[in-house]
Amino acid sequence: MKQSIYRSHVLVCTGTGCVSSGSKKLKEVLTDELEKHELQNEIKVIETGCHGFCEKGPIMIVYPEGVFYCHVKTDDLTEIVEEHLLKGRIVDRLLFKEPLTEESIPSYQDIDFYKKQHRIVLANCGRINPENIQEYIAVGGYEAAGKALTEMTSEEVITEIKNAGLRGRGGAGFPTGLKWELTRKTESDKKYLICNADEGDPGAFMDRSLLEGDPHRIIEGMIIGAYAIGADEGYIYIRAEYPLAIERLELAIGQAHNLGLLGKDILGSGFDFELHIKKGAGAFVCGEETALMASIEGKRGMPRPKPPFPSVSGLWGKPTNINNVETFGNVPYIINNGAESYNSIGTEKSKGTKVFALTGKINNTGLVEVPMGITLREIIYDIGGGLNQGKKFKAVQTGGPSGGCIPAELLDLKIDYESLQEIGAMMGSGGMVVMDDSTCMVDVARFFLSFTQSESCGKCTPCREGTKRMLEILDRICSGEGREGDLELLEELGNHIKETSLCQLGGSAPNPVLSTLHYFRDEYEAHIKDKRCPANVCEGMGAVYVINEDKCIGCGMCARVCPIEAISGKPKESYKINEDLCISCGACAAKCPVGAISQG
Amino acid sequence: MKSLNELRELRETLQKEMAARNSTGKTKIIIGMGTCGIAAGARNILHAVLEEIERRKLDVLVTQTGCIGMCEKEPLLDVQLPGKERITYGNLKEDDVKRIIVEHVINGNIVSDLAIARFEEGGK
Repeated sequence: MKQSIYRSHVLVCTGTGCVSSGSKKLKEVLTDELEKHELQNEIKVIETGCHGFCEKGPIMIVYPEGVFYCHVKTDDLTEIVEEHLLKGRIVDRLLFKEPLTEESIPSYQDIDFYKKQHRIVLANCGRINPENIQEYIAVGGYEAAGKALTEMTSEEVITEIKNAGLRGRGGAGFPTGLKWELTRKTESDKKYLICNADEGDPGAFMDRSLLEGDPHRIIEGMIIGAYAIGADEGYIYIRAEYPLAIERLELAIGQAHNLGLLGKDILGSGFDFELHIKKGAGAFVCGEETALMASIEGKRGMPRPKPPFPSVSGLWGKPTNINNVETFGNVPYIINNGAESYNSIGTEKSKGTKVFALTGKINNTGLVEVPMGITLREIIYDIGGGLNQGKKFKAVQTGGPSGGCIPAELLDLKIDYESLQEIGAMMGSGGMVVMDDSTCMVDVARFFLSFTQSESCGKCTPCREGTKRMLEILDRICSGEGREGDLELLEELGNHIKETSLCQLGGSAPNPVLSTLHYFRDEYEAHIKDKRCPANVCEGMGAVYVINEDKCIGCGMCARVCPIEAISGKPKESYKINEDLCISCGACAAKCPVGAISQG
Repeated sequence: MKSLNELRELRETLQKEMAARNSTGKTKIIIGMGTCGIAAGARNILHAVLEEIERRKLDVLVTQTGCIGMCEKEPLLDVQLPGKERITYGNLKEDDVKRIIVEHVINGNIVSDLAIARFEEGGK
């Protein structure tokens, strides 16, 4: 019985072009070859019309794969039948090749986005499969941990990190080696190591991407850190909003355990290390180390006064060392390549690289790793590709709600911990929000302050009450009710909150307000004195809109776009705006075809 | 593993295996599955790839990777033919998958209008 379903179809072009280059003969020989191999019931030969590719003829296409053979000669058919149709191996040499070569595609280093980057921490992200420990080991993973545990003393590890000049990447920039040494020197039967993955700044996603893209690097950094300080147990404190990062970390910890890279007697060194994941509920204050430890202990996440510092009395009263995700991500590189290789990158006091999350009104939203000392202009224009739709740069916000806004005049600033601090911003964890001239700086300051205000844990008065009062003032400035003296009051309050708050949440919460007050004071003044929002963002600013009755043609467009239905009237007659309802959004004026609406 | 040497041996074996797989073995399709990729539609791309491979009965290895930083260009997909350089495609829609598979994976021609970069051997 003849089969009606074929597993494969071979299309032979019998258009005039291919026939003249011999495709008729091709079909005959092919049919013979198929019969020779008893494939005639499995593979169907079909004649097709011209593919318009006559120059490459005769042409044959094999389905279901869609393989496209060109310049096929009768001598090639035996090979095609035996190799491809019988064994399923494509005959490479007959494949159609475009003149395009690999070289015509730019290599990663040649793309503007990567040219000025220096990828140490992110070296494997986007390259290896994060769910497979073998790929990490194949690119040299766990070599540094092995080297540290079996060939170095913990003092030597600390010295190496100190010489490298690595500083905390969570934002404050405390020297990592010194922190490790302090914890190491505290005598105790039990010590803990914690990785702070409670990334909470709006617009920041460095830690998440790193944990998702290369979780083993963080685990390796932690093994080395634990060995250096003498901890046998560690926690990764990560927010539950990062489900994919948690999933991959869990997988990675399991795989490291199975290979003996976690647990008892790691690599025969006699060193034990157990690693746990603690999921946080996403409270911003839990990124503060003492609040974070309280949260791990099962208590309400609130900070406590320091001292005692965690290196003396931390988790469950034991000496504890806490570092940020990215900090740990640098450690394997330093151990593998030596302190000199690392401290040759960067500025005098800030060594190595920093990862930034580039967001906002920028063309290349993404994650970049740059050497310390690079300028903001290079990051925003050369790497980030400039602003959306070629708009004008106004400011960049670094360090999230704890940082500050940097104006265009400072674009050529070489960034490191000190330079950012000097201009009233901070390195922070690495969020970088780019803003164009359609952004109202008062509104931005209000946004960040409303974030910190609602995330304030309420334990200390300056932060709890102070941020609330500051926010009230900003609210009234934004709604056109700002008063003389408000700016001075904001500054006074802000400085008091910074000085007297219990932890760095309050200690840095006024920064966005103070820095915008410093660099964009004229915008605040326009809001208060002229009742005008220069960027046209703040609603309810300025006078209400009125319709000029003489000009109005009664089209009714204004009434249709008014979001609060403050405009009434009859078609073809005149329309009126209710002054009590008008929110001065300007939608009607923008829509009016005859320009009859203006601010009265 | 009980020693650093064992780790080094394992690494050598893995590197050899990967090199062998790369020069003679299967074609690899690598999909960017970080949160940014997934948010931009990487799961749909993955499904389209699997569907196309199934329909064409191809012997291809499909795997994943994390965020490479170009979140703006997600979803990203890399194709690595045996012995060839790894090519990255970006800003993909489901319909593009078919073209990449037919033109690049099967016929070995890089889809130049979708390609954005290539990994150079041993490069950054």
